[in-house]
Amino acid sequence: MADLPYRIVIGLEVHVQLLTQTKLFCGCSTRFGQPPNSATCPVCLGLPGALPVMNRRAFDLAVKAALALNCRIASFTKWDRKNYYYPDLPKNYQISQYDLPFSSDGHLDIQTPEGTKRIGIIRAHLEEDAGKLLHEEGGSGKDSLVDLNRTGTPLLEIVSQPELSAPEEAKAYLEELRLLLKALEISDCEMQEGSLRCDANVNIHVPHADGVAATPIVEVKNLNSFRAVERAIKFEANRQYGQFQSDGKKLGDRGVSKATAGWDDVRGVTVVQRRKEEASDYRYFPDPDLVPIEVDSAWIAEVRALLGELPAAQRTRLQSQYALSAYDTEVITRQGRPFVAYFEELARGCGDAAEAKNWLTNEILQTLNDRKSDVRAFPQPADAIAELIREAKATGLNKQRARDVYAHMVSEGGTAKEVIKKLGFTPVTDEGQLRDIVRRAMAANAKAVTDFKNGKVKAADAIKGAVMRETKGMARTEMVQQILLEELQRA
Amino acid sequence: MSLTVDDTRWVAHLARLQLADAELATMTRQLGAILDYVTQLQQARTDNVEPLAHPLPIHNVFRDDSPAPSLSVDAALANAPQRRDNFFAVPAVLD
Ligand SMILES: [Zn+2]
Repeated sequence: MADLPYRIVIGLEVHVQLLTQTKLFCGCSTRFGQPPNSATCPVCLGLPGALPVMNRRAFDLAVKAALALNCRIASFTKWDRKNYYYPDLPKNYQISQYDLPFSSDGHLDIQTPEGTKRIGIIRAHLEEDAGKLLHEEGGSGKDSLVDLNRTGTPLLEIVSQPELSAPEEAKAYLEELRLLLKALEISDCEMQEGSLRCDANVNIHVPHADGVAATPIVEVKNLNSFRAVERAIKFEANRQYGQFQSDGKKLGDRGVSKATAGWDDVRGVTVVQRRKEEASDYRYFPDPDLVPIEVDSAWIAEVRALLGELPAAQRTRLQSQYALSAYDTEVITRQGRPFVAYFEELARGCGDAAEAKNWLTNEILQTLNDRKSDVRAFPQPADAIAELIREAKATGLNKQRARDVYAHMVSEGGTAKEVIKKLGFTPVTDEGQLRDIVRRAMAANAKAVTDFKNGKVKAADAIKGAVMRETKGMARTEMVQQILLEELQRA
Repeated sequence: MSLTVDDTRWVAHLARLQLADAELATMTRQLGAILDYVTQLQQARTDNVEPLAHPLPIHNVFRDDSPAPSLSVDAALANAPQRRDNFFAVPAVLD
């Protein structure tokens, strides 16, 4: 980023769908993928006379998220109507929070190449989602279709300060936010299913003779992946630089207002759409159907007690408790809480954190990726893999063999001991048995014995190789060496 | 009167109303009169008055997060001006 002739300023507005069973103000199900228009009622259809009632769990989850983001929780908060007309909004207003959001003034720490950076959170507030519009393809082209299942689904909107200064930082912020919200089971943050959505407010600061000029802010929408966020910001910043070179328009100039742009992922461009509505255009006013919420310190304490260890604290602890590198810690924490729990159980069970980390981040992670599955669905509990690590170490089972045992345990089941036996990986430790094998190998390699006697020490390798073949590699090398030397001297 | 024809045109746009020039002039005059009337409220002294968020002195009314039956698809679509399969059909929206 160092070589750009401008500095990028980015603020993100993230919407996450809360993990509730029902909508924000009615009992309709929020489950993804239900048949069109099968999860609606008079409240979420906006029929006259219907009365919304607040979902307690949605509010608790929102407070939990705000506390994890170090926000101040307001003691008094209320609901406002945001008025606009669109076919996916049956009431013609969205219930949201305007001047008294339930939380504000927080922060989230992200990792950048220059170290930890603290990103301010302006506010987090609750609001209801709109429905889904489908544009008919190949049809008459005259109609759009509306599915109102999603209408009224609880959303938490998290607004960052414009303190992100590179596309990579925006991505890091989103990743950290997702990790946090998933760990706390506030949202599953699936961009594909729309349970995490992101808009980016972008402008650039261009140094010039009289100081620094800021370009008009553009809100980029329709960002459907973290990669799209990065690409769109990069493109938009560069577009604004070109625009500024040609028209010189600055933020705050007369007639310059905030614009909205859509990201076209296929073409890789932002398309500036329209003058963005000003807040006053939404004619916000308090919703008379809903009563305010008062939150006392006991309630906050109750929710705070549910937070547990947050990812940032977890990283620090894992690094010091298990002597892991920052990189390894990141790989493990990024997989979420159940994965971390599995790691800790494995490390305890096998008594070797480094080995536990190796198995987890190589074999087990690979298996999970191959199966597109989660550690909670992994067929072998941490105890079982710990036993494998202990057995491999105790019996001198080499890594390749241990991996074979692992693969068998995962696909066919069975304990480490059972599988080792089944695959014939039981080590030959009986001295008499091994001595017999050595003697037979010497008899079959008479020339090598003679060569050894004549001072060609290397000749012993051929005999040793024969022994290892005979034992399928299951004899301890040092033991074979010892017995072979004894027998050669005796020969 | 402070309301201009442009203000009226913008408010009509926000409400998705299409007004002819003659209607705009009438609406500006009538809406302006209403606003002027309501503006009298600004003379009331509110220095020591808390803003009112709700007319009733109640707060924290919640329900449990447990599903209740939704309407059938046919009932949900009963008031649709136009229906296509199990969807509401509306004039094409091009954002
Ligand atoms: Zn409903």
